[in-house]
Amino acid sequence: MGIFANATPYVGYVYPNETDVAWSQLIVIYPYITGLVAGAFVVSSLHHVFNIQRFATISRFALLTALCFMIFAPTPLLFHLGQPTRAFNAVITPHWTSAMAAFGYVAGFYLCLLILEIWFAFRADIVAMSKVRTGIMGKIYKALTLGSDDVSAASLALDHKIARILAMIGIPSACGLHGYVGFVFGSLKTREWWSSDLMPVIFLLSAVGSGVGLVIVLYVLVSKYRKEPISDDTMRGLLYVMFTGIAVVMVIEGLELLEMVYKAREGVETVMALIAGPIWVGMYIQWGLSFFALFVTSALLLFDVHGKRLVTWLFISGLSMMLGVLAMRWNVVIGGQELSKTMKGLLTFYPEMFGRESMLTVLIIFTCPFVVLWLATQLLPPWNTAAEHE
Amino acid sequence: MKPLISEETVTTLKTKAEPALTRRNFLGLLGKGVAMAGAVIGAGRAVSSESVGVHEVVGAKRAFQQNDEQYAESVRNPPKIPNYNWNDRQWAMGVDTDRCIGCLRCMEACKMENSVQMDANHYRTWVERYVYLEGSNNAIVDSQTDPKNIENVGGSETKFRFDNRYKNVKVDKAFFVPKLCNQCEHPSCVQVCPTGATFKAKDGPVLIDTTYCIGCQYCVQACPYGARSFNEARGTAEKCNWCYHRITKGLNPACVEVCPTGTRIFGDRSDPQSPVSLFIRNNHVQVLKPEMGNAPNVFYKGTDKEVV
Repeated sequence: MGIFANATPYVGYVYPNETDVAWSQLIVIYPYITGLVAGAFVVSSLHHVFNIQRFATISRFALLTALCFMIFAPTPLLFHLGQPTRAFNAVITPHWTSAMAAFGYVAGFYLCLLILEIWFAFRADIVAMSKVRTGIMGKIYKALTLGSDDVSAASLALDHKIARILAMIGIPSACGLHGYVGFVFGSLKTREWWSSDLMPVIFLLSAVGSGVGLVIVLYVLVSKYRKEPISDDTMRGLLYVMFTGIAVVMVIEGLELLEMVYKAREGVETVMALIAGPIWVGMYIQWGLSFFALFVTSALLLFDVHGKRLVTWLFISGLSMMLGVLAMRWNVVIGGQELSKTMKGLLTFYPEMFGRESMLTVLIIFTCPFVVLWLATQLLPPWNTAAEHE
Repeated sequence: MKPLISEETVTTLKTKAEPALTRRNFLGLLGKGVAMAGAVIGAGRAVSSESVGVHEVVGAKRAFQQNDEQYAESVRNPPKIPNYNWNDRQWAMGVDTDRCIGCLRCMEACKMENSVQMDANHYRTWVERYVYLEGSNNAIVDSQTDPKNIENVGGSETKFRFDNRYKNVKVDKAFFVPKLCNQCEHPSCVQVCPTGATFKAKDGPVLIDTTYCIGCQYCVQACPYGARSFNEARGTAEKCNWCYHRITKGLNPACVEVCPTGTRIFGDRSDPQSPVSLFIRNNHVQVLKPEMGNAPNVFYKGTDKEVV
């Protein structure tokens, strides 16, 4: 153990307690994962609520994606807590002046809503499967029908209506869930880098961008794997959502930076040093990839690109958006702590590679939703019967 | 299982309006006092037998600090404080920065008294050194955590010294500023705590129920003064409580007790003749970062524009 084995290196003057960075990379992927949930949910709702037919192919897949990521949204928090076994204290005895006290309720409500909506969206398939499949899987599907095996036209119409109502409730809930995450950061007056009224909006919009990116990436990959054609109409629809998302979020993020620099409160030079210093790589990735995705989607719109080229380039911009937003989460969560509360110093956070709160944990947690999504699509195939639901 | 509230305490707290505050809020915190007595005896033995400095490591344990069993016992079985009513007191602290000589005995005493982690990244109190070099309009600031100060004492993070780095340069002005939790009237740490494990006591200090804290560290983020840290070993937040186990028995906080120059002044604001009431009345006092709206209860005399 050398001197400062656990300390974060710093320049200038920082409060001694700040040399132990409180929120690590786990708190970076927590808002990232909830963001992907919100984005995927928006895509599914475009079909379920607004009845936009071009999203019919992927709406149920997007819904499953949202659920699988939502299941793992609280895991980074549990790994981060000093006393994870007491996590439910915040639910049993919530201290309502804390934004964080609402998490259990908001997340729990949203999770229930997703499960309900999925059940109504898939009920006809579950009933069909329970009649066809035998053995243990037959029993599982039988149980999943919850005893409701009526698939008459009237019954299906009711399913459809309920799923639609749930999706309608889901839109403000998804926005609420993610706006809340932004509020957790934006409401802290202590940290100049977080303390912005625009923070919930930025979190929400970038969430939509990254979530749509995820749906695009997964749709392309899964279609290739299934050797199914990729719907041109769907890709065009995703392109519209993606373009809107990127354009709006970049403007608002730009405005936030501009306001901070323009107001130039005490310590603004340290803010500039933060951008040029500890988070410069992250800022380049965030803004570089955002601009790249904006240019690509603009070009795809401008030149009315279809077919294979659309798939390739939209896939690339979807991936860029996912990475760009991940970098943005890092810049916000870690960057905010690298800027000292003294406004006279900067810290440089180096993530741990192995251990409870490490990059390895992040990797494992982030792999889980994909694995569970694969299992979920085995249990509830979201593709083949999509046409029937229109 | 032992009852959470002892009979004596119920009597003491009967006058209180909100019984909800009595249980974990009030008592869980007081635990450290009893265990401390044991710790002092144990450490005293260690010192006499091995003639090491108080700040040296003795085996796996630190001299004068609570060990894990003692800590567990103090949480399980908190000491009783008869005849103390938190409605009768309004604790406050004054800091006369003109008097501070930067000897750092307050930091050392605090670490010993409260079993604070013995590294340079966890403090309940610390001292900042502000130095204006000749012709400069801005101060250079450092604290014991600065690597040069640690190297100066042979790499030990538990010998509390400032180095003498300014001996060959011309200095216009220099001074020390002791820092600690401000026990704010509107504490942001309490506002953001999702479980209510940290709370404002009626007599002033902001306390933590370490048996209820989930270790989310939102409070660490929310404190404008950097006064909170995270105890990795216990998985809970950590902060100055003005030695609550001492002040409720009529003693001064450890940092006040050891200060050789009278920089730190402690007392009861509801008593107009207490040292802190006199200090506030007789001096022009300031608080740190008033723009945060936290309304601190540590009052500074003689700070400077550069003080953060």
